Amino acid sequence: MDALALSRAQFGFTIAFHYIFPPLSIGLGLILVLMESFYYSTGKKLYLEMARFWTRIFGLIFAMGVSTGIVMEFEFGTNWSTYSRFVGDVFGSALAAEGVFAFFLESGFLALLLFGWDRISPRVHLFATSMVALGAHFSAVWIVVANSWQQTPAGYHLVGRPDGSTRAEVTDFWQAVLNPSTLSRLWHVYMGAWQAGAFAVLSVSAYYLLKNKNRDFARASLKIALVVAAFASLSQLLSGHESAVTVSETQPAKLAAYEGHYGTGPAGLYLFGWVDEKTGQTHGLAIPGLLSWLVAGKSDAPVTGLDQFPPDKRPPVNIVFQTYHAMIAIGFALIALSWWGLFLWWRGKLWDSPWFLKALVISVLLPQAANQLGWFSAEVGRQPYIVYNLMKTSDALSKTVKPGEIMTSLALFGFIYLLLFALFIYLLNDKIQHGLHMKVEQRRRA
Amino acid sequence: MNDLWPTIWFILVGVLFGGYAILDGFDLGVGALHLFVKNDKDRRVFLNSIGPIWDGNEVWLVTGGGALFAAFPEVYATVFSGFYLAFMLLLVALIFRAVAIEFRSKQPMKWWRDLWDASFSVSSIVSSLLVGIAMGNIAFGIPLSADHEYAGTFLRLLTPYPLLVGVTTLALFTMHGSIYIVLKTEGPLQVRLKKWVKNTMIFFILCYAVTTLATLLFVPHMLTTLRQYPVLFIVPLLSVLSIANIPRNVSLGHGFGAFLSSCAALASLMALFGIGMYPALVYSDPHPEFSLTIVNAASSVKTLKIMTVIAAIGMPLVLSYTASIYWIFRGKVKLDAHSY
Repeated sequence: MDALALSRAQFGFTIAFHYIFPPLSIGLGLILVLMESFYYSTGKKLYLEMARFWTRIFGLIFAMGVSTGIVMEFEFGTNWSTYSRFVGDVFGSALAAEGVFAFFLESGFLALLLFGWDRISPRVHLFATSMVALGAHFSAVWIVVANSWQQTPAGYHLVGRPDGSTRAEVTDFWQAVLNPSTLSRLWHVYMGAWQAGAFAVLSVSAYYLLKNKNRDFARASLKIALVVAAFASLSQLLSGHESAVTVSETQPAKLAAYEGHYGTGPAGLYLFGWVDEKTGQTHGLAIPGLLSWLVAGKSDAPVTGLDQFPPDKRPPVNIVFQTYHAMIAIGFALIALSWWGLFLWWRGKLWDSPWFLKALVISVLLPQAANQLGWFSAEVGRQPYIVYNLMKTSDALSKTVKPGEIMTSLALFGFIYLLLFALFIYLLNDKIQHGLHMKVEQRRRA
Repeated sequence: MNDLWPTIWFILVGVLFGGYAILDGFDLGVGALHLFVKNDKDRRVFLNSIGPIWDGNEVWLVTGGGALFAAFPEVYATVFSGFYLAFMLLLVALIFRAVAIEFRSKQPMKWWRDLWDASFSVSSIVSSLLVGIAMGNIAFGIPLSADHEYAGTFLRLLTPYPLLVGVTTLALFTMHGSIYIVLKTEGPLQVRLKKWVKNTMIFFILCYAVTTLATLLFVPHMLTTLRQYPVLFIVPLLSVLSIANIPRNVSLGHGFGAFLSSCAALASLMALFGIGMYPALVYSDPHPEFSLTIVNAASSVKTLKIMTVIAAIGMPLVLSYTASIYWIFRGKVKLDAHSY
């Protein structure tokens, strides 16, 4: 394999693995704030027990997020140094701001969240928990700003350098920060994160209920998470729509690839299908005119097709089509599941439906899958560019790094991350099985 | 006047990495010493002495990296791609260090704890060495081409001077960590640890003397700015005084004074390093004219001004809550239900 394929594989693998954890921290952070607020306002010990248990889970997730996140901070420089030279003036500020405004806040107050229970008052502890959750949400702001600028660059101009190279420099900071896709993407990312956190809590709580363990704890946790899940899942539908409209305005080749839409003209929305990239045809079940109606308000409005782009300026179509449609299918499944739960709750039957609880147990995987598939669609759909219409991914590599070196690091990350993932699952399972009441040190003596 | 904003950011990036050296320096040092205590309870004391704060300390490195990217993208791009395998090793060490701290006390089995203890300690040592080796290289000079690309090999990074700076950094962090851990312990453990302070101090002062001599002899460009502005000799003087103040405080039994002196030593040594480097961020050897400097490596003045606003809003907040959190976790380590 060449350096380009290897560097793309490494970046894709390390970011995909990292992205298992931050959405959980964001979503679980919100739920921790809710649980602790209930404890603070009602004084019920149950809520304290809940907050403490989920805090321990949060600590484990946070450690995984931090240790895999530090790789991301430096990987632009190690593998994509030509890109870094080109965008540093704009893109670097967002990463620095993330450190200053988000990471310090998160990790500073995490100390109080994890270790401060007996050192500070409940009020201060609630404040610390809120700061951790806020920091997690801030971190998403700045990384989404950086990513959105790659998708829809704004607020910059290109400047020739004395050494003959060209780079992007900031002309308007706020235009670069609030570039055309920042807000819709941020909303989409937040809802995906809230879903990840909420369905994780739903899964563990449902598991306890099916096992007849920790009943009060599980019921109260499940109710809180169900409300968050139902809200986030519905809101995700709207944010997804908003994102697609933005893509249609700013990255038409990407939208055309999402729907396998070749011929410019009125476009339908596929429920499922298969794109034959050789013949430029898409086979499957589509609702006629729906894509036109969704992005332009009229079912016969023309939508730009892939025929407007030469083949070397199109993203890979079928894979983007498949990941995008799988994400949407999961999105609807999550709406159905969470609102079915609300319906059962309203009818007073939430605890009598083992099938529903069993579905919740496995539901933890769905938002994770949707988050990964969505990012995959967004990033592969941006190809062949690393910065849309400005720089090609193939021109962005580090010039001095050799394929053998990337092969080495890729193998290293592959091995380490698989090991970490196995350990993470092992410890998570261990906490879920025993973590509610017994501490490790007590078990050790027993 | 053109150099004003790049100079400000040269200093601020130095402050961020200096903050990293002072704060993460002691928790890396505690890690380096971790395997020298043998029983489980003492090791838990070591781990929990840094438990609540190591993560925040490491953010200084992450933010320093982000600030370097924003303010001097050419340096970020050249150094991280040029030192590719070395940085991958550093990243692996930092990953293992983070998860070792988190995982270690989550299972009771002896083999489990021994494994993560070793992982925590080795990764702390490797991280300290690599950070020092990187600093040694950018000071001594690395082969750069006219278009700012690293033109050497991996082995070219392992020459004697960078290795010496690496060992000195490890020695400095270990001393700093041993002084810190004495503050966090009590009873017989503390009595034992106080002896370690003496050993780590002797080790560091030897390394410091050799590195200073080697710099004077083999890296003369580190002295150019000092010669130009003799008033700056106050900085090496301060570093000598603060280093000398460490053994003085230790023999007087002033643990906290020794720790402050150690912090001052780290700060003044970082300042000295910055003065030696200025206006370069990476020296080029054998073509000094290809060095990355505040002129050819910086972002636009507009970006540097924006970054200054971000730092001016964010950093006072960071410093105030970081100080409050250190204050809340002051005093001796007490193991409880929430400890690692």
